Amino acid sequence: MINTVTEHAGGAASSAGNLPGVATEPNFAITPKISGDGSREGELLEISMGPHHPSTHGVFRMDVVLEGERIVKLKPVFGYLHRNHEKIAEGISYLGSMPYTDRLDYFCSLTNNWAYALSVEKLAGLQPPERAEYLRVITAELTRLINHTCLIGFLVQDMGALGTPLMYAFREREKILDLFEALTGARMMCNYMRFGGCRVDLPPGWLEQARRVVDNYPRFLDEYESLLTENEILVARTQGVGVLPARLAINAGVTGPMLRASGVDYDIRKVDRYGIYDRFDFRVPLGAHGDVYDRYMVRVLEMRESVKILQQAIRGLPDGPIMDAKAKLRNFRPKAGEAYGRIECPKGELGFYLISDGSPNPYRYRVRPPSFINLTILEDMCLGQKVADVVIILGSVDIVLGEVDR
Amino acid sequence: METLEQIKARIEAALPGAGLRLIPNDSPANQPSLLVDNAHAVAVASFLREDAQLQLDYASNVTGIDWPESVRKEKVKVKKVIDGVEKEVEELIEKKRPGFLEAVYHLYSMTLKQGPVILRLRTENRSDKAHLPSLTAVWRGAELQEREIYDLFGIVFDQHPDLRRILMWDGFQDHPMRKDYVEPDDYEYEPTPHDKVLEKAKRHYASEANR
Repeated sequence: MINTVTEHAGGAASSAGNLPGVATEPNFAITPKISGDGSREGELLEISMGPHHPSTHGVFRMDVVLEGERIVKLKPVFGYLHRNHEKIAEGISYLGSMPYTDRLDYFCSLTNNWAYALSVEKLAGLQPPERAEYLRVITAELTRLINHTCLIGFLVQDMGALGTPLMYAFREREKILDLFEALTGARMMCNYMRFGGCRVDLPPGWLEQARRVVDNYPRFLDEYESLLTENEILVARTQGVGVLPARLAINAGVTGPMLRASGVDYDIRKVDRYGIYDRFDFRVPLGAHGDVYDRYMVRVLEMRESVKILQQAIRGLPDGPIMDAKAKLRNFRPKAGEAYGRIECPKGELGFYLISDGSPNPYRYRVRPPSFINLTILEDMCLGQKVADVVIILGSVDIVLGEVDR
Repeated sequence: METLEQIKARIEAALPGAGLRLIPNDSPANQPSLLVDNAHAVAVASFLREDAQLQLDYASNVTGIDWPESVRKEKVKVKKVIDGVEKEVEELIEKKRPGFLEAVYHLYSMTLKQGPVILRLRTENRSDKAHLPSLTAVWRGAELQEREIYDLFGIVFDQHPDLRRILMWDGFQDHPMRKDYVEPDDYEYEPTPHDKVLEKAKRHYASEANR
């Protein structure tokens, strides 16, 4: 007999009565109607949250079953944005998919580019030059700043703080988007990286501007934190809510800040040391409780570490070429074989699995989307919680539907 | 970390009878994989998760691949007697490979920070015997991804807790990631086709009538 994981909640509805924090008897005066199979069907309320609920971060739906105000069952439903990205990629050249990766997680196009470029480089045996590696680190860490800042803004908005924190976040995001626009020509759909390097070099004055933005960032974070970290409402709404135990998080393949908030020390920048991350001095912040507050706090601390990486990278940026001389832009045909490459994108482990049959198009192109897989345990985190907390828990997972649905 | 050969030898020692095969990988990535027979898949998976030296507690990427039936031509040297003299002659031989569907699991260890170990499972064919054992009981992270494979490739995972379509809608019939998938004329079927859709449908049905 195999050893199954005890936390597994395959039949959530059947075990609802034994959940911690859920009263086996309803605490209201209506007598439960017991139906034929023994379930208290009459007392349960089914709600379809979404797909257009403003707090659901896109076209995402949850089929929720409530007992009073508590969640008894929750099934995420998605696919509204599905366009079969993987099938499209099988029909076009390797480079042709690069702009498509921008549209996966449209908040973090540069890390998507990097993950794809890294996988193709593994498949074809390319090595980007030094300067390109530095540029990749700089753009990726700026992307992390954008993602975490805005996520916190959205999270607080889900709690009812309409506008203000999000506008603060967008103000800072704008400064970084200006940098992206100056470098790549686009604010969000950057399409910047190539197999074996980067597309363009820095425009004059860019590094100065970037240094100013980065050096001012901790001051913004202090301001942000002074508003939020000890805020009574935020603390009351997030501490002890949506707890995810470390063992379950590992088994469910959860990655990124969500995993680290549960206290698991696993950051692919440290584990794989892809690119040149072994040269930078930074720490991996970990949470202790695995609740929504820890996920918020881990992201704040991660941004502070990102600022440290950025300062080191900007200081150390060498001169030189930005493309591997071996890299071919036209008629690019990797040898038959397969490769799986992964990076730590702001939402977790973003991987690309590619199979080449020697033709100009990939035979198989697979995206391992972190926010899709992080949704596996959404139900487990929500069971027994109040319906109002579901929105916050979902917010703390940090999903982008462009990536979930692909 | 151990090489895949060593891992294979240890699995064979621990689970006698398990059918394992090394699948080499020619790309510079150098990520060979291990083909496991379906009857022992769950046992092998539990072994890999529980083994003290491996502790592969994290199934990162789970995906499907479609391999339709293919014919490969290979040159083989054959000895033939021509005019009473034995000669070596090159002959083209057609090798048929029956079609199958494949599920690939990329496993890592979060505890020991090592990996990947790549597992492959293959179905018997692409139509009525497209069944594989589900590994969701071993790695919960495979749950949604196996559902996605079921949806897009049509592999049925036995013992999966909740095997439904996930990205396509419930009434959808085909499996779009298969190589021989044909797009419908109109995804959003309307009883009265018009404009471009009507043109497309006319062409489609005319070519069918000519057959």
